[in-house]
Amino acid sequence: MNKILLASVFSLSLAVFAGSLSSAPALADNSDPVAKGTAVAEEWDRRDQGFGDSEAIMKMELENRHGEKSLREMRQQIFEIKEDGLGDKSLTIFDEPRDVKGTAFLSFAKTFDPDDQWLYLPALKRVKRISSKNKSGPFVGSEFAYEDLSAQELKKYTYTWLRDEACGELQCAVVEQIPVYEDSGYTRMVTWYDLSEYRQQKIDYYDRKNELLKTLNFGDYRQYLDKYWRSHDMFMVNHQTGKKTRLVFEKIEFQTGLQESDLTKNSLKRVN
Amino acid sequence: MSRFLDRLSVSYAKGVIRWRWLVLLMALLATLAAASGGRFLSFTSDYRVFFGEDNPQLMAYEGLQNIYTKTDNILFVLKPREGTIFTPKWLEIVKDLTEESWQVPYSIRVDSITNFQNTEAVEDDLTVADLVEETGGLSKAGLERIEEIAQSEPVLAGRIISDDSKTTGVQVTLQLPTDDAVALNDAVTFAENMAAEIEAANPDLEVAITGLAPLSNAFPRASIADMSTLTPLMFLIIIVCLVGFLRSFWGTLGTLLVTIFSVLVAMGAAGFAGIKLTPPSAMAPTIILTIAIADCVHILVTMFHEMRHGKDKREAIVESMRVNMQPVFLTSFTTVIGFLSLNFSEAPPFHDLGNIAAVGVVAAWVISIAFLPAFMAVVPVRVKAVVEGNSSFMERFGDFVVAQRTKLLVVMGFIVVGTSSMISMIKLDDRFIEYFDTSVPFRVDSDFTRENLTGVYQIEFSISGDGTGGVSNPVYLAHLEDFSNWLRAQPGVVHVNSMTDIMKRLNKSMHGDDESFYKLPQERDLAAQYLLLYEMSLPYGLDLNSQINIDKSASRMTVTLDDVSSNEMRELAEEARGWLQKNAPGYMDAEGTGAAVMFSYIADRNIKSMLMGTALAFVLISLSMVVALRNLKLGLLSLIPNMVPAAMAFGIWGLVVGQVGLAVSVIAATSLGLIVDASVHFLSKYDRARRERNASPEDAVRYGFKTVGTALWVTTAVLVAGFAVLALSTFSVNADMGLLTAITIAIALAVDFLLLPPLLMLFDREKATAPAATAASAAE
Repeated sequence: MNKILLASVFSLSLAVFAGSLSSAPALADNSDPVAKGTAVAEEWDRRDQGFGDSEAIMKMELENRHGEKSLREMRQQIFEIKEDGLGDKSLTIFDEPRDVKGTAFLSFAKTFDPDDQWLYLPALKRVKRISSKNKSGPFVGSEFAYEDLSAQELKKYTYTWLRDEACGELQCAVVEQIPVYEDSGYTRMVTWYDLSEYRQQKIDYYDRKNELLKTLNFGDYRQYLDKYWRSHDMFMVNHQTGKKTRLVFEKIEFQTGLQESDLTKNSLKRVN
Repeated sequence: MSRFLDRLSVSYAKGVIRWRWLVLLMALLATLAAASGGRFLSFTSDYRVFFGEDNPQLMAYEGLQNIYTKTDNILFVLKPREGTIFTPKWLEIVKDLTEESWQVPYSIRVDSITNFQNTEAVEDDLTVADLVEETGGLSKAGLERIEEIAQSEPVLAGRIISDDSKTTGVQVTLQLPTDDAVALNDAVTFAENMAAEIEAANPDLEVAITGLAPLSNAFPRASIADMSTLTPLMFLIIIVCLVGFLRSFWGTLGTLLVTIFSVLVAMGAAGFAGIKLTPPSAMAPTIILTIAIADCVHILVTMFHEMRHGKDKREAIVESMRVNMQPVFLTSFTTVIGFLSLNFSEAPPFHDLGNIAAVGVVAAWVISIAFLPAFMAVVPVRVKAVVEGNSSFMERFGDFVVAQRTKLLVVMGFIVVGTSSMISMIKLDDRFIEYFDTSVPFRVDSDFTRENLTGVYQIEFSISGDGTGGVSNPVYLAHLEDFSNWLRAQPGVVHVNSMTDIMKRLNKSMHGDDESFYKLPQERDLAAQYLLLYEMSLPYGLDLNSQINIDKSASRMTVTLDDVSSNEMRELAEEARGWLQKNAPGYMDAEGTGAAVMFSYIADRNIKSMLMGTALAFVLISLSMVVALRNLKLGLLSLIPNMVPAAMAFGIWGLVVGQVGLAVSVIAATSLGLIVDASVHFLSKYDRARRERNASPEDAVRYGFKTVGTALWVTTAVLVAGFAVLALSTFSVNADMGLLTAITIAIALAVDFLLLPPLLMLFDREKATAPAATAASAAE
């Protein structure tokens, strides 16, 4: 009990020190871990609202357990949707390897229902609408599942605060998250949110038999528009297969003038 | 020379008796120290231990496994006693089992007909969903639709669902830590419990379990079963034999202690050496027990004999040591050579068996010349009045052999040539499923699977394309499809898994499920984009890497076969390669690999590698015979009774059984070290009679029968019993080796009694002229 008290005093004082007292979950009441965990996640969500739209150039490096690698390059446009129950709209366009150049993937995220998805194959010159409940499958052969990458909506999980602890140079709240949407590949996740900026620093994923499956580490956080933090280096390790994927963001731009009408089924063919 | 050795033996024996308590203590401490290595012993569950690191088939297979996702699997096989699987009730059970199987420890993926990702296309809308979502409201039409889809899907038909729709499988893919027998057993036991629960809840459903993980797990189980049933049985046989033959409680106890100590030392040494036990090396304790008692029997028989003739206990011990020191050394020495020659084998488990057994034989020798006399000096030994063995029978037998020598020579000659010529009837076959006999559940379930669902033996090819992304090249795809079609047309092929089937299905799906588009895409970039689409649609736990390498320059083709012989397996693998070389571009050349292919070469390779080892053992053992007998002619004559028994045993095996595998390669070398013992004993007595008594060959033969006939009966009986016990092993390599060795040893005695004496009487005609002074035979 003393230990928990001490830890919370410490994290609180840290929050005061960081000068974000007004917004910090001062409601940090350790006797209610669910409320506290939810408060941490709400704060994370609140701080990311209003970014509008963003464009990024990404490199994805896949590595198998023998150290053999393959590289993919893509661009991603995201348009923020503020409505409840709906997630952001995103468009992913492949640039490398060359024979898949121009392949484009459009997704309208939804909090509880399967996302709306369209795919454009330039060699076929047709847009296909894909209905799939498959959220737990791997994203183009990487160790990231769709559900890891798709819009992170607050209401997709229930939250339980576990403890506060040091994470690198920062202090983190460790929160257990349980997916409430159907067809997740996980029983739970454990996420480390730093208490200075409420960024996700690390996520442990637990599989259907509640064994540790993967760990995602976020690195190279950079701040945009004086507000929004983005990790430029996301590194996922699969503990069961020994495979790894590093997702590096070369460039991220915010508020580029992207319109919601730029992300439609018909715009897929014109992406190049 | 031998006088000197005699004197040395006598003073040694006296020293042992004087320091008996010290010797006992030291023997006990040394045994305990060596036995403490037993804590490092473990069982290996990796079938690949049967192959040396430089085995070309293993290297090819490991090369393939390094390119693609290496996985183990457990396959649940379900068959209702009546009707097909396509009823709401059975589909519900398959669906439940599919979901529960995610709980199997180390599972990363579960596949079945219910969670198969079925793609349906209506114009430009693609729906990807589980083939069976709800089972409750399924109509007859709905069930028929599911059956039709499952049966027309190459990934499922013949692999997950049987042609008659009566049997289906739930495939659990595992990612196990390497050679971790505990983890493996956890996973397999979990699955077995699940299967047992389903069967208990559904009496009208048969559930079987097979796959690579249960196969691997069957190896340590076989080892443990052998050690926990055969070794105690061997003890029982030893006790019965000893009590019957020695008729002495303390003699029996002493012998038991010697054998136990020998086994402890050998197994402890194996632990220190870091040996992981496999079914062949798990035979070592039983073999050591068998061999160790021979030393004791020789020493004790002489000792009791002397006591019956009035010597006191300690004099009897000294006399026994004097007489037996050298023969016991010689027989141990030849046995050690025989076992050490197993190091020439291609299969490392036989190195382990040979080395453990060799250590055990050396330990048995040391313990029986140190501990045993000290022990007998300490314990009270009483012998009853003279009750000599039934040597009169052996004398009459000797007379018979002398009288009928010409007939015997002719008859035995015919038998030897006749049986040996049957060797050609031996068929080499190593189907590793059949390594386990039908009392092993894994074998029963695998047979059930093969009969009802799909094959268990596979050949795999990693077929390269032309550089990075080459698998999307239409030329590559076209040849790949031709190759898979050719494979499907071969006899014994049950299923072929090829990426071309995926390509064709995707092409159809992307054209609104138009059947006329069930064909390969004709453009490279379209094929590459299909692959990307496929990669994006893969469900949890599956990745492309199980079929296509990471830079997409090669793909894997898996051919599942029915119950084919090693020969057919090799032929198909070689013909398939020939087909590729003849019909496909040079870069597509690929070698067929896989566990079944590896085992199909194992017997041939081992026989070749053991030829050298066997020859070397034969030369060394024959040389030691010549040295021990100090007679070149007898040494050369001894080649016949030492060489012939293994050939005859193989011939009899060829006639009666026919099929044999890996075991056959090691019999000649190991049995040689054991069978020479009998000829050594007989020849040394014969030689002694010729030299010391100036006996004619006929009388020398009679003398041989009279003096060692009974002892040879008994030691041979014990050896035959010991190796026959191994024939009860559930692991056929062990059982075959045990039985073949037992047959060889039994034949060796027959040859020593019926063929060797007539040969001696035929060729050893001149008068014995050797000076009697030095003739105290070395190997009495």
